[in-house]
Amino acid sequence: MRDILEIKAVSKIYGAVVALRDISLTVPQGQWLAIMGPSGSGKTTLMNIIGCLDTPTQGQVLLDGLNLGALSHAGLTAIRRESIGLIFQEFHLIAYLTALENVMVAQYYHSLVDENEALEALARVGLRERAKHLPRQLSGGEQQRVCVARALINHPKLILADEPTGNLDETNENLVMEILSQLRASGSSIIVVTHSQEVAAHADRVVTLEHGRLAQDRLVENSASLANEKILTLSPQRDLGAPLRPNIVE
Amino acid sequence: MIWKMVFGALGRQKRKNRLIALTVGLGVSLAAAMLGVMFDVGDKVNQELKSYGANLSVVPRGASMLSELYLLTDEGEGQARDEATPSPAGLAEHFISEADLYKIKMIFWAYNIVDFAPYLTVPVRIGEKKTLLIGTWFQRRLDLPTGEKVETGMTALKSWWRLEGQSGADDDAAGVLVGQRLARELGLQPGDTFNLAAGGQTRIAHVRAVFDSGGPEDERIFAPLALAQSLAGRPGLVERVEVSALTTPENELARRAALNPGSLSRIEWDTWYCTAYISSIAYQIEEILPGTRVKAIRQVAESEGAILGKIQLMMILLTVLTLLCSALAISNLVTAGILERSVEIGLLKALGASNLSVILLFLLELFLVALVGGALGYGAGLGLAQLIGFSVFGVAVDIKPLVIPLTALMVLAVTLLGALPALRALLRLKPTEVLHGK
Repeated sequence: MRDILEIKAVSKIYGAVVALRDISLTVPQGQWLAIMGPSGSGKTTLMNIIGCLDTPTQGQVLLDGLNLGALSHAGLTAIRRESIGLIFQEFHLIAYLTALENVMVAQYYHSLVDENEALEALARVGLRERAKHLPRQLSGGEQQRVCVARALINHPKLILADEPTGNLDETNENLVMEILSQLRASGSSIIVVTHSQEVAAHADRVVTLEHGRLAQDRLVENSASLANEKILTLSPQRDLGAPLRPNIVE
Repeated sequence: MIWKMVFGALGRQKRKNRLIALTVGLGVSLAAAMLGVMFDVGDKVNQELKSYGANLSVVPRGASMLSELYLLTDEGEGQARDEATPSPAGLAEHFISEADLYKIKMIFWAYNIVDFAPYLTVPVRIGEKKTLLIGTWFQRRLDLPTGEKVETGMTALKSWWRLEGQSGADDDAAGVLVGQRLARELGLQPGDTFNLAAGGQTRIAHVRAVFDSGGPEDERIFAPLALAQSLAGRPGLVERVEVSALTTPENELARRAALNPGSLSRIEWDTWYCTAYISSIAYQIEEILPGTRVKAIRQVAESEGAILGKIQLMMILLTVLTLLCSALAISNLVTAGILERSVEIGLLKALGASNLSVILLFLLELFLVALVGGALGYGAGLGLAQLIGFSVFGVAVDIKPLVIPLTALMVLAVTLLGALPALRALLRLKPTEVLHGK
């Protein structure tokens, strides 16, 4: 399977602060990757770079084979529009637009607005009946599901979620995870930044950042259930060019 | 979709949008009023200044110097007149034909000729008192070859004169206006009759009014032109014409042309000829009345130009300052609005909206608000202009159609100028800084 994302020796430096140091990572198409790590480890910085919201100081990022470093500001904007679906911890729905219109905003900047398609996207997240409601009339979980519908409406190559369940209760967390699992099952590539082991457990693979370095890169053998999880661990010093050879941890 | 976003955002920030509309409205109302008055003030000020007399004097080429001398002397005027009386062969050089005077209203700038009146001065004696009788048109109706009918004469030209009695009438052959100093000296009152003697002729005249001009004319008599021509023995002739014309302030081109129109290039000449400079109007009258010399009464003309120029400059400065203040206030309001909506802007950018499309969205919102404010401001400006017109000039200000597109341009300019800092902030806003909430 081809790689949807290749990160080659990426560093991000803000003045004297090194947010990311020599990160290399490859994500095959259709994989669900969870990025974990303590606060300040560089998770969000990495997500911003992958999401074309920021650029690396050094190194190279290839999205579906396209070198993002060679793109202008407008080119990066176009990639965000065409290829990436973003899900935020704080939902970020436009307060004066209905759930349906919030989904259609992403369509509007992508191509043409299609209300039926937007309704279908809402239906996929179980919110067809709430399409005409304003964000303030929706619960946190419902707002996050609208955010997911907005992220998937343009059929992105990669879905990026930043702490998607950070503001949700357990029930809504499970609902959102179920939706992401369905997306994963339908072949979408997903990268989730999370603190939550429960969320990471749904992923195919978990990378852990520490002080801007890639500390751990492990495959989750059976991501559907934590109880049966078999975590595949890798040495952070492994040869990133070499094929993945997991160690099974019971 | 974009209209849903625009109207949704407008509905959400009602208070701020009302403030922006109010700011635009205030600025535009003042600016529209200033523009309205400024475009009309030229005519208004000109008309005000025209009430203080003529600004052009038409004299025959051959006799101009001597005629002017007579008007400046008080004693021995009659003697000077007698000595200067030309021979019949020289009449054409020393006088202007009354029959040609209508042509003054047929020059290129005919509509700028507000009024004109011919004069013929005759030395007369009333008893032992020597004085000058000046024949003129009081209020003559002219039928132009174009079919147009105009009224002109001294009554309008000397509108500041205070009359005791009836105003002068061209068809009252013996009715005269007597200057108040002369009337006091001779003990004349309106309705009195007296004998006039000139060149061996005697006529009975009656006083229609005693006038107070505040000038040397207060020692003279103004009579219908026909009476003066009869006493002087110069039927159909006048010696001088005063013209009141609406003019454009002089500039370098006009000054050069006044010295020598031949020194101008073809384009300069056309520009000068087709502009209502006092010198170009004078030139055109000389063209249409050959044998005459038209002189600007420079002091009046220059004062008019200077006053008008200063008033207009003041209006322009006030307009610009008002608009700048509005732009500054709008800038604060819009920038605050952008900051309040930074997450929304960051989100749109993250979703793939280009800077241009985000700017377009915000400008659409802003222009809609500004349009409402501008329309209200324009309406208020019209009212304000009338208030200024009535309080300063005592008449309504005629709003020129040009004010509408200019007001629209001002709304656009003020809004854009006010939006610039906000747009700069909008362009600099990075989604990463506002979306993660960390």
